[in-house]
Amino acid sequence: MKNPITGLNKIFDNRIRLGIMSVLMVNEEINFNDLKQMLEVTDGNLATHLLNLEENGFLKVKKGFVGKKTNTTYSVTKAGEKAFADHIAALENMIKGVK
Amino acid sequence: MTAEFECVLSQPSDKNIWNCEFRAFTLYFKVLSMNEQNQQTLETLQDIKRIMERSSRFISLSGLSGIAAGICALVGAWFANKEFGPYYGRYDYRGEYAGEDFQQLKFRLLVIAIAVLAAAWASAFYFTWRKARHNKLPVWDLTAKRLTINMLIPLVAGGLFILAMYQYNEWRFISPACLIFYGLALVNASKYTLSDVRYLGLLQILLGLINTQFHEMGLYFWAAGFGLLHIIYGFVMWWKYEKNA
Repeated sequence: MKNPITGLNKIFDNRIRLGIMSVLMVNEEINFNDLKQMLEVTDGNLATHLLNLEENGFLKVKKGFVGKKTNTTYSVTKAGEKAFADHIAALENMIKGVK
Repeated sequence: MTAEFECVLSQPSDKNIWNCEFRAFTLYFKVLSMNEQNQQTLETLQDIKRIMERSSRFISLSGLSGIAAGICALVGAWFANKEFGPYYGRYDYRGEYAGEDFQQLKFRLLVIAIAVLAAAWASAFYFTWRKARHNKLPVWDLTAKRLTINMLIPLVAGGLFILAMYQYNEWRFISPACLIFYGLALVNASKYTLSDVRYLGLLQILLGLINTQFHEMGLYFWAAGFGLLHIIYGFVMWWKYEKNA
């Protein structure tokens, strides 16, 4: 029997990183504040996890301006999309595997 | 896992009876912990689904908003209907068409329309705000902004078009245009909120198109679309999503 846990991605063990990816999968791009509001997390916490995902090549960061304020938007990369889809498939297999 | 099963199923000899019971006991715990893990996995998947839904659609739209807007529309239609009696009374009295009477009727109907619009938006907003607060969700977030902008595009275009018809005294198609543009706005908005809104939009469009063939009954069609359909839709939505909340 194939071990269903092998498909799980360690990066998505964290709930906030999982949440960020969930939002990015259904939104073309989203800025920092909207993401913060959606996930109900603090600035520092969110920034750390975003950096982690960026370093893993799962999301693209675009820095821009709205008026004089900085506006950083995030979107998912192809690699991120694939990693997340694999992770979900692994989770689903775990549930099916037990039945 | 097979060793445990064999032990449970085979007749235990006197020698290993304790050992066997012990094994059966650990098997029980293994199944229990797997179920627990399974439960956690299921919860994670449900969380992902919830976040995806909440970040892409505005889900706080309340059914009560629909009912309130519908009641405003019916009250407005009743006031508008009352305006026609005196107008035709004066028409009969004079025995001919009078421009100033028509202008007066036009103005009074416009005032009623603006009052209905303001009351309907205010009450619709109130119930939606209440539902969002009850569910501890932000009212004005990304999804609300997206819903508003996408709803306003056909709505404002339609509103300006209707004002132009009003300007040129082209009253025959005002009611059908209200219904059709509002229906299109709803169909467009349905991508950004509860998908049921789409059906309300399609019904409004259908009603508007039928209305083009019965333009002397514009006010009745208008009342059916903005009044009755809103109330029915609002009640169905309330029944479906909020009754048990």
